[in-house]
Amino acid sequence: MSVTATHNAGNLSWYEASARQRVAALADAGSFVEFIGPEQREMSPHLAVFGLPEQFDDGMIIGSTKLDGRDVLVAAQEGRFMGGAFGEVHGAKLTGLLRAASALKRDVLILFDTGGVRLQEANAGELAIAEIMRALIEARRAGCKVIGLIGGRAGCYGGGSLIAGCCARLIVSEQGRLSVSGPEVIETNRGVEEFDSRDRALVWRTMGGKHRYLIGGADILVDDDATAFREAAIAALRATGGFDLAVLTAEQQRLEHRLGRFGAMRDAVDIWTGLGIVQPARLPELATEDFLQQVQGKREAADDAR
Amino acid sequence: MTLDEILASLFPQGHQVRTSGSLIGGKADLPGGGPIHVIGIKDAAFLGVEDAAILANRVLEIIESDKAAPILVLIDSSSQRMSRHDELLGLSEYLAHLAKALLFAEAQGHRTIGLLYGGSAAGAFIATALATGTLVALPGAHPAVMDLPSMARVTKLPLTVLEEKAKTTPVFAPGLDNLAQTGAIHAVWDPARPLAGQLTALLSEPVTGDERGHLGAARGGRPKAAEIAERVIKLATHG
Amino acid sequence: MEKLSFQFKTEKPAGGTRPQALVGVVASGNLEVLLERVLPTDACSIDIATAAHGFGTVWQAVVADFVSRRAAGGLRISVNDGGARPDTVALRLAQAVRLIEEPEA
Repeated sequence: MSVTATHNAGNLSWYEASARQRVAALADAGSFVEFIGPEQREMSPHLAVFGLPEQFDDGMIIGSTKLDGRDVLVAAQEGRFMGGAFGEVHGAKLTGLLRAASALKRDVLILFDTGGVRLQEANAGELAIAEIMRALIEARRAGCKVIGLIGGRAGCYGGGSLIAGCCARLIVSEQGRLSVSGPEVIETNRGVEEFDSRDRALVWRTMGGKHRYLIGGADILVDDDATAFREAAIAALRATGGFDLAVLTAEQQRLEHRLGRFGAMRDAVDIWTGLGIVQPARLPELATEDFLQQVQGKREAADDAR
Repeated sequence: MTLDEILASLFPQGHQVRTSGSLIGGKADLPGGGPIHVIGIKDAAFLGVEDAAILANRVLEIIESDKAAPILVLIDSSSQRMSRHDELLGLSEYLAHLAKALLFAEAQGHRTIGLLYGGSAAGAFIATALATGTLVALPGAHPAVMDLPSMARVTKLPLTVLEEKAKTTPVFAPGLDNLAQTGAIHAVWDPARPLAGQLTALLSEPVTGDERGHLGAARGGRPKAAEIAERVIKLATHG
Repeated sequence: MEKLSFQFKTEKPAGGTRPQALVGVVASGNLEVLLERVLPTDACSIDIATAAHGFGTVWQAVVADFVSRRAAGGLRISVNDGGARPDTVALRLAQAVRLIEEPEA
């Protein structure tokens, strides 16, 4: 099923957009072909027992498309349906897509927008994530580039953040968040002194796109704009990179280095100070371009060590 | 079975497996000959950035040093450590890195066997047990995505309602039976028989691709996953 | 979940040639509408799945109004409702028809 694509979707907010709008904004006009689209009605078999409504595509849109003339496979999560969380069918669509990527030797874009595992089908969701990670690594070993895009309303939490950690490159916006445990979970388990989940500035300082970019948890920081994400995806696909022992060893080194350098620090501002950034407390309010200029040469990078 | 009993039953001729903090590490000889590496986490510990880095490093050392010896991952953990410190430092990267190391080890010819003998939950479950090539368990193991009281709080459903629904489907509640039915657990070992023999038998089974979707379908816990994935592959490769 | 089903005879077929269209998201206060151009041009069916029970007459009124105003012949309309208000339902139905009428790329 082809999606109406207003290509050159100038000024489409990635954060506000639906998954389908994001796919349409990335895709070369008219090139998206959906697999197991909504008309197939492959919905979750596990929601009815909870009296919860289903969505025809189970909140996961997958298919094949051209991006700047290049064939890629694409997966996009709808963050407003069940919080974009992984369920049995939702997850299986991405598992299949990544296995297909290996067979086709085709690159993959994953548009994350997820709170993690869907609790009503928790075991199926958790297993899906494990199967996705295995298929993703097999695709990378087959030479495919797998690129993650993070900037939606639900963020990239829980098991989704582990899948993101398997991608070769991560593109994030300031609005994006990437974390295993969410703010409320930390507060519930450790108390409000440990983490005040209602302190939005704290949430973004700790888990948000700018901080992740600075410590090497993400590779490209873009504006909250579909065109910016598209251009970053095109650039990321051009970058070289594989998946072998050298990459894993380099990642081990940078992760150990991070612990040594910042392991004793309590707050992100301390880390940014440690990176040698002037006026670190002002970073959250800077526009993307000014921010990138301010931090140039000072951030930790993870290129080919992810 | 305690950890010491498990190790003694796995390696009746002795072993050099030690513990350090919450972590397990070392080596043993298989009855049929050849070494097996052992790593793991014990005492229901929470898995945080430091321990994840240590475990991953151990896996990478094994890959670098040893052509194809299998790796046994012993698991009794809680969930990932839920703290500001861990998330500030990027816990998702550390857990993903550990999973990648295990997945890569398996792909490079080091059979990775997970033996779940205690708990394992959420992100720790994904990064350890579920990242092994074959996952077995001992009775009494208690894997979980999330405990039911927490699920009740998050979903705003009464705990009694969740408990009732859990009787009709294995797809969400914690427990070894449920995780086995959905395809996560290859087999539950018999503690009344020597574990060494059961390990030998497992290692002689052929290496396969990821069969958990088919297991879940066959056992009835996940009726759709394998079929959907296969359909996607057909559509993508024949389109 | 409550399932509702309505059948209509229509005078005008839906415009355009697109075989299907989808609008909306199943979220609180929202709904998704799937249109498939699969029926005879003088027929229209609307199937609704909703977690909010007992609003049959409201749905009846909204869909009857929609069919009387818009050319919807030939369309099988399927709705997954997340608890939307009638005006949101009417909006999505109109958006969906506009989308299926759009010239193909």
